This record gives sequence, C-alpha cells and structure tokens, in this order.
Amino acid sequence: MAAVDRPKTKPRVPAVDGWFTLDGDDGPALIGSRCQRCGTYSFPKQLNFCPNPACTSQDFDEVELSRHGRLWSYTNNCYQPPAPYVPPSGGFQPFAIAAVELEAEQMVVLGQLTAGVDVSELHVGQDVVLVVETLFEDDEAEYLVWKWRPIEPDATSGSAPRDQETHDA
Amino acid sequence: MRDHDVAILGVGMHPWGKWGRNFVEYGITAARAALDDAGLTWSDVDFVAGADTIRNGYPGFIAGSTFSQALGWRGNRVASCYAACASGAQALDTARAHILAGLCDVALVVGADTTPKGFFAPVGGDRPDDPDWLRFRLLGATNPTYFALYARRRMELYGATPEDFAQVKVKNAKHGLANPNARYRKAVTVDDVMASPIVADPLRLLDICATSDGAAAIVLASMDAARRHTTNPVKIRAISTVTPTFPQTIIEMPNFATDSAAAVAPPERSFKDAIAWAAYEQAGIGPEDLDVAEVYDLSTALELDWYENIGLCKPGEAERLLRDGETALGGRIPVNPSGGLACFGEAIPAQALAQVCELTWQLRGHAGGRQVEGASVGLSCNQGLFGHGSSVIVVR
Ligand SMILES: [Zn+2]
Repeated sequence: MAAVDRPKTKPRVPAVDGWFTLDGDDGPALIGSRCQRCGTYSFPKQLNFCPNPACTSQDFDEVELSRHGRLWSYTNNCYQPPAPYVPPSGGFQPFAIAAVELEAEQMVVLGQLTAGVDVSELHVGQDVVLVVETLFEDDEAEYLVWKWRPIEPDATSGSAPRDQETHDA
Repeated sequence: MRDHDVAILGVGMHPWGKWGRNFVEYGITAARAALDDAGLTWSDVDFVAGADTIRNGYPGFIAGSTFSQALGWRGNRVASCYAACASGAQALDTARAHILAGLCDVALVVGADTTPKGFFAPVGGDRPDDPDWLRFRLLGATNPTYFALYARRRMELYGATPEDFAQVKVKNAKHGLANPNARYRKAVTVDDVMASPIVADPLRLLDICATSDGAAAIVLASMDAARRHTTNPVKIRAISTVTPTFPQTIIEMPNFATDSAAAVAPPERSFKDAIAWAAYEQAGIGPEDLDVAEVYDLSTALELDWYENIGLCKPGEAERLLRDGETALGGRIPVNPSGGLACFGEAIPAQALAQVCELTWQLRGHAGGRQVEGASVGLSCNQGLFGHGSSVIVVR
C-alpha cells in the first residue's frame, strides 16, 4: 500500500458543535438562546425551557451573544487538568481562564484567555473580545474553541478609566 | 425546646486520611462509633439515610442500603441522598423529616468516601452533553479554577492579599492540631503557604483543600425517644437545603455561564447568603446568636466569603475579622475549630456530616484542645455542586 501524504493543512473544526460561530461580519460569536416571551438569555443555548421561574415559554431564538465584555475575574491554571482535558500538541503550558460580564445579556461567561496572556497584567473590569483559537489537535483535525482576548485600555473607545492596581501573584 | 427539634444522640467519625481502602469500611467504623456514643445498638435503628458517593471508580450510586447491608440486613427502611458536597445535609434532613413526621424514632445517617489522588475529575467516558465533562474538555476548568476566580475578585474588590488567604490556613492548621480525626495535624506558617506552588493564581497548593478518605455518622432521635437515654442532648434546630434563586449571577461549578439578569433583577440575597439565611429563619435566630461555625473552606479565600455569607460581617470586612483574630479559637466567633477542610481534605458525602459532628462535640464541651468555651449555638454551612445548599443549626 502506497504511503499517503498527510495533508499540509488539517481541517479546523469546533471542539463542540453549535456553541459558537467561526466567522461572521464582526468575527466569531458565542451562540446562546433568548426567550421569546421574557427575554432571558442562556448559554449554552436552552431551547426547551426558560430558566425564569415565572416564565413557561417554549419558544426561543438562537442568538449570537455580545462579542465584547469585561473581566469579572480571571486566573492562571498552572497544573494540567485531568481528562477529558487534552493538552496542546507541544505539551501542557499554564493557561489563563476568564469570567467575562456581558452587558446586554447581563450574564457572566467563562472562557480561556488567548495563549500567552500574562494574568499579572489583567484587572477586573478590563475589556475583552471573543476570538477563536486552537484548543488541541490530533491526527485528523485541529479543534477550535472560543477564547477571550484582552484589549489594551488605550485601544478601546468608551472604556471607563480605571486606576492601575498591582497584585502579588 | 421547639417542636421541630430532633436530638443528636450520637456522633462518630473514621479519621480522614488517604487510607486506600473501601469506603464502606470507613462508614461502618463511623456508624458503630456513633451508635456507641448514643448508647444504642444497630437493632435500635429504624431508618438509615446514606449520603451517597457516585464517583471515583465505583459503579453506580452508593446508597443507604450499602451501609445497611454492611451492618447486617434487618429490613429497616433506607433513603439514599446525592447532593454532591451537600449530600450529608440532605441525608440528615431526610432522617429529621422521618422523625418529625412520626415515621421513626431513631435514625442513622452515614456518609463515607474514598477519593482518588489529585484534582477531582468528571465521571469517565465520552459525555459531551454533560457540563461537568465539557468544562474540563473545553476550558480545562478544574474546581480550583472556580475557587481562584472568587479569590481574585476578593483581591480586586476588597483588597484581600495572598497573605490574608495564607492566614486562614495558618489559623485552621492551628485548630486542627488538637483534632484526632484530622488528616493534617501540623502547624503551618504564612511562609509555608507562600512557598507552595501556585495551582490556580492567586491560590497556592496550601490554599486549596486536598481530597481525602473519611466517614462520619450521626444518630438522630425524636425528643421523646431521646429522653429515655439522655437529659440534655444537642438538638438540630434547623437544616437548610435550598437552591439558588433565579437569576443566580455568581458563576458556579460546573457551569459555563451564570443565569441572565436581563429580564429579572438578581435576588436580594446571593445563593450562598440564602443558604445560611434559610437556616437562620427556620431556627428563629441570627448570626449574632452564634458561638461557633463550621464553613466549607474548599479554599482559604472561600472561608472569607463565608464569613460574609453567614452574616458574621458585611461584604468586604472578612479580612478585618480574620486579621483581628475574631474567627480564631479564643476570638469572638471561632470558625472551623475542627481545622476545616484545610486539615481534613474533602471526603465529599461525609463532609457536611463531619461539620455537624464537630458542632456536637463543641456544644457538649467535649472538643478538648480545640474547645470553644461555653458554645451553645453552632452553624454549619456547605455548598454542593449543581445548586445544592446546606446549612445546619445545632443548639444545646
Ligand atoms: Zn422566558
């Protein structure tokens, strides 16, 4: 049997189906749901029942959530998590995780921060934007996930000025 | 006495550790100790409530019947309760409800676990519709990840420092020195904590509780039945097992997002505030009435959150309470005189029961070198994965 050349570029596929878009006019977005009756959002999307106890709606729209948010909190994970976490192909590297407040949805959504973010540079309230990055890869594909990328304070318009704070790590 | 009191006739534990044996052994040791403490035998028990363990390699649910079988089938009624870390409180509440409904006189409540080394991991297999599986796959979010998010927020909002967090460990380690059931009985310094590796920034290894083997058991009885055995028992006056109220706006394990508050304003009390509050309302007392508290210090920083959640101080004042020594033995309101999870490590289904065992010893004046002088009202607080609150108030 002849040797098969491996394709130079592996397919890039979402690590989970239906949780985020890869593209769009304004970039990728998380896919949530919005209750048609009371306006409550859910992430991941919830198309069967409304979490609002006063609402019995069964009608929901799939919606793209805000791409921009503000850090509610953040951490750096220094130890490799257990399976089903899959380390990147180069081996485990500490990575940062953020909890991000979305203003329109009035909710906090988790996500990894983009590779290489230094948590000592971050502060609560800082603006972040949603991007898509590789989570891990295997022989078949590169698996993608949503991540949050900090925006430099001077690169954003409309972000409230905030005193710089320093923290011991 | 109130008409919804039940008596704690006996308490018992198997020491926490990393013993590597089957959890049923630990549970039976604790159950027999609790029965001895009550002056009763297995044949006196009408009802068994088991705090379940479901993970860690055991197939299926491990239930009240497991302990009944190990003590010897007697055809007694059982209940099996799973509420993650709050399982013990749910089992206790189920037993209490049976007694208060007149369905039984004496109930045995048992929780026990054997845990793997390292991080808690989700149940095995490919389960891409389970948020507890997906948070590890998509985020690499371990339990300490969530603890760290809360800790960092305390630092930014309230000016907490890593040294404050370390001081919680120092305090609890000192308390635990006098506890024969604690796994770690060694004094710890701030420098020790600060020299331990960062697990999830800003939390270090010694800020985060370990996973342990252990068991705790409690014999409950109706006040009428109790009078045949004792004159002044410790009594359970309240058990809270509440869920959050929508919208729950604090991110919780194992979720990816909070509820949305776009349509409904957040409730007056956060989930963790509401857990203790429900117990206070049931008991007809307030935080000012407490002599001692056992709270769920999964991390050092989380213990500070609990000070505020159970009403010992206003939000943002927990660090001051700690720095002033008010929550240490000898202080105004000692917290975790047992040594807490810092000295025990977590044996999930046993932990909420272990808190009540400690409060019972405290209220009897039998806590030895960790005794809170004159304690007559105690509160435990705990929170289980997936929205299980638990708080127990005991009085004497
Ligand atoms: Zn609705």
